[in-house]
Amino acid sequence: MKKKNEKRALLVSIVIAVILGIPVLNVYGMHIMEGFLPPVWCISWGALCIPFLVKGYFSIKNKIHENSRMVLILAMCGAFAFVLSALKLPSMTGSCSHPTGVGLGTIIFGPSAMAIISSIVLIFQAVLLNHGGLTTLGANIFSMGVAGPLATFGIFILLKKFGVKRSISVFTAAFIGNILTYMVTSFQLSIAFPDIEGGVFVSLVKFLGIFAVTQIPLAISEGLLTVIVYDGIKKYSTNELAME
Amino acid sequence: MKLWKKNLMLLFFVVILVVSPLVILKNAEFSGADEQAEEVIKEINKDYEPWINPLFEPASGEIESLLFVLQAAIGAAILGFGFGRLSAKKNIGSENK
Repeated sequence: MKKKNEKRALLVSIVIAVILGIPVLNVYGMHIMEGFLPPVWCISWGALCIPFLVKGYFSIKNKIHENSRMVLILAMCGAFAFVLSALKLPSMTGSCSHPTGVGLGTIIFGPSAMAIISSIVLIFQAVLLNHGGLTTLGANIFSMGVAGPLATFGIFILLKKFGVKRSISVFTAAFIGNILTYMVTSFQLSIAFPDIEGGVFVSLVKFLGIFAVTQIPLAISEGLLTVIVYDGIKKYSTNELAME
Repeated sequence: MKLWKKNLMLLFFVVILVVSPLVILKNAEFSGADEQAEEVIKEINKDYEPWINPLFEPASGEIESLLFVLQAAIGAAILGFGFGRLSAKKNIGSENK
């Protein structure tokens, strides 16, 4: 019965995503600032996030049900994302940006759980910090809470399969997740603002130049910090993490 | 290698990564990447006006940094609490064995 509800909720959310997300699907886009993404895109990206949020809700519910200590570890993963996304760090490009901090939770809880955690961080920043925005929430959740974690998770599983050392897998996974988040942000902006002469591609290069390049040293920092905290959690809760 | 030694080394790398741009690029502005993106948007589409305004804007740069510090502090507090609890619970468990 429980499983049935879960499946039904997921199915409904996917249908909504497909219907509302059609503009994005048809085009074959630091957080995007309030008002800087036209409404069509806000709705489309938001809709695409819904299935992941629904999946994440059930994923978290099941994980917490398994073991009460997981609640604490989940809170710590959320807290890690809170700290890292508040740190605006200087980069070699002479500008500042901030890491995402979602790699840690992705590695421990899987990608869909981080859609929920990212939404909490992004809503907090949009409402209280005037960073990002409520209308651009969907696009930002998609880049930080869906695309980034999916990349992190994929890389982590792949490296684990090849028997790469744990620290190196964690570092690489967090690094790639961070870079990919900002590449998606650039992509989101470039399909909403294609260059008048050169089209989407020229815009993409421009936005990548701002976001992705700035992000490289920050992604390395995020990778290193993720390794530190992951090792710390692992040391005190080997049993819980073995269940992943 | 002991875990704390490894962590100290990794932290040292992070500090170098953060400090070196400040030392190497003495004349850079270090403005936010999101502001630069705004400029590119205006360059691509001169007529674009943000269609909605933020709910509120912090009164000044200081207030904004206060709010960011608050976010980091809340996160750090929970992380610290979590580590304390995890390590304490582990020790209690091993004593009972």
